[in-house]
Amino acid sequence: MLKLRSISKTFNPGTVNANLALDRLSLELAEGDFVTVIGGNGAGKSTMLNAIAGTFMVDSGSILLDGKDITRLPEYKRAEHLGRVFQDPMMGTAPTMQIDENLALAARRGQHRGLKWGISKAEREEYHKLLKDLGLGLEDRMSAKVGLLSGGQRQALTLLMATLKKPKLLLLDEHTAALDPKTAAKVLEISQKVVEKNGLTTMMITHNMRDAIAFGNRLIMMDEGHIVLDISGEEKKNLTVADLLARFSKASGREETDDKLLLS
Amino acid sequence: MFFTSLLNALPGAIAQGAIWGIMAIGVYLTFRVLNVSDLTVDGSLATGGAVCVMLIRGGLSPWLALLCAFIAGMVAGLVTGLLHTRCGIPAILSGILTQLALYSVNLRIMQSKANQALSVDRYPLLISMRYVRSAENNPFPLIIIFVLVIIGLLYWFFGTELGCSMRATGTNQNMARAQGINTNRNIVFGLMLANGLVALSGALLSQFQGSADVNMGRGAIVIGLAAVIIGEVLFEKVFVNFALKMLAVIIGAILYYIVLQIVLQLGLNTNDLKLMTALIVAVFLAIPYWKSKVMARRTGKEAEQDA
Repeated sequence: MLKLRSISKTFNPGTVNANLALDRLSLELAEGDFVTVIGGNGAGKSTMLNAIAGTFMVDSGSILLDGKDITRLPEYKRAEHLGRVFQDPMMGTAPTMQIDENLALAARRGQHRGLKWGISKAEREEYHKLLKDLGLGLEDRMSAKVGLLSGGQRQALTLLMATLKKPKLLLLDEHTAALDPKTAAKVLEISQKVVEKNGLTTMMITHNMRDAIAFGNRLIMMDEGHIVLDISGEEKKNLTVADLLARFSKASGREETDDKLLLS
Repeated sequence: MFFTSLLNALPGAIAQGAIWGIMAIGVYLTFRVLNVSDLTVDGSLATGGAVCVMLIRGGLSPWLALLCAFIAGMVAGLVTGLLHTRCGIPAILSGILTQLALYSVNLRIMQSKANQALSVDRYPLLISMRYVRSAENNPFPLIIIFVLVIIGLLYWFFGTELGCSMRATGTNQNMARAQGINTNRNIVFGLMLANGLVALSGALLSQFQGSADVNMGRGAIVIGLAAVIIGEVLFEKVFVNFALKMLAVIIGAILYYIVLQIVLQLGLNTNDLKLMTALIVAVFLAIPYWKSKVMARRTGKEAEQDA
């Protein structure tokens, strides 16, 4: 359903800061795949997700979603098919707008936005129910400004917004990294539930190897702008952190992996 | 003596403030709703006045002249918007470029004269300063209707799907794009709407004063900001609703003109007005920053004491 064909991206080309962030990266995702993505700092994990989302245009290669070439499509047009949650809790919501207004914005992703009223009564009732399912008490604060919410609440809301209109592909970019461990676990649990309920094809970047092994049916590891490991099915289920580290050293030909990978 | 002359001048000041308030709502839309610093305003206000005066002198009805001024303002906003979104020029600079260009354009519209008169004796003007204290032809009813209709329409518009997407664009562009909103188009449209309102204000002002001047918009952006800030400072806690926030801007503009009138009556040199206005706006813009610094220091000290 998603095909990355040898995509490359260099930031600041032609300067001393030139940085080859994606190096002829190829990847194919099947419908319903839940892929966890790991790798050290600067391995190109976020860059890959941003390339798919269209935050920037790739230098070469092509990106296909459901057989359609989206390589040159602007970010806002790709959004019709993509749900995204970012690492920074501030990034996914409109802080000066109400909770229900944020949800109403997300419900219209990919639709023409005209002069109809921005939110209907029926929608409010639906959102009330969906927020209640989150179990964070947000259903009683629907007209509160999102800027008043905590980081965890915002990430849960962003997740709800990303999946309110079922996306073809859900992109989670270290969406629990900025949260305290307890909240992070809660948001991960909600993520898992949402993905399963809707059967969403998902890519989740994480810095936590245990999470990467525990979640999803497929695991890829990145290094220097391309994929060095791709493990799925039974093999992934039986994986341990020690295995993963050993296989990473072998694949990348480097030793100094453990700290860098675990901590970054 | 002081009070009678002030009282005499008051209706004029209030009417003028309300008309400038429409311009200030345009400034509010760009600065506060869209979060874009748009300096086109100084030029587009005069464009509105120039278009309106020249068309009425050419025999067009004052109502149609207002409409044409509104459209001319939207075109000015379009130019700034395209310079910003299509040419990658920072918004502030885009506005300055358009504003500069408009000076020449405005002179062209006014047939190379810096000032064009529009006598209420010869043309059926909608509002005129002359009748500001008389019962007949009093400009206030129409000014009030204009203000209320504009606030009503904007309140409705920013509640629609399109309006909501524009508010989202102003508050978080990343989020807006991730939700499939064409942020560039929204910014261009917002600049058009704002400058349309500014030009409309200029057109009303030209009818009210009975002339258009190529310099009538000089410093308009600062007056607009002053109105926005006065409105916010006074009504921040009371006016939470969007329509009321716009009303606060209008009241802010009116208060600005009343204060101006008082200061003038006290004998201040008119040449120093712009300096005063700039100082006041600078201080009010700085207050939130100072406040946050003081707060940060205070919480820092409390943390030290706790430790």
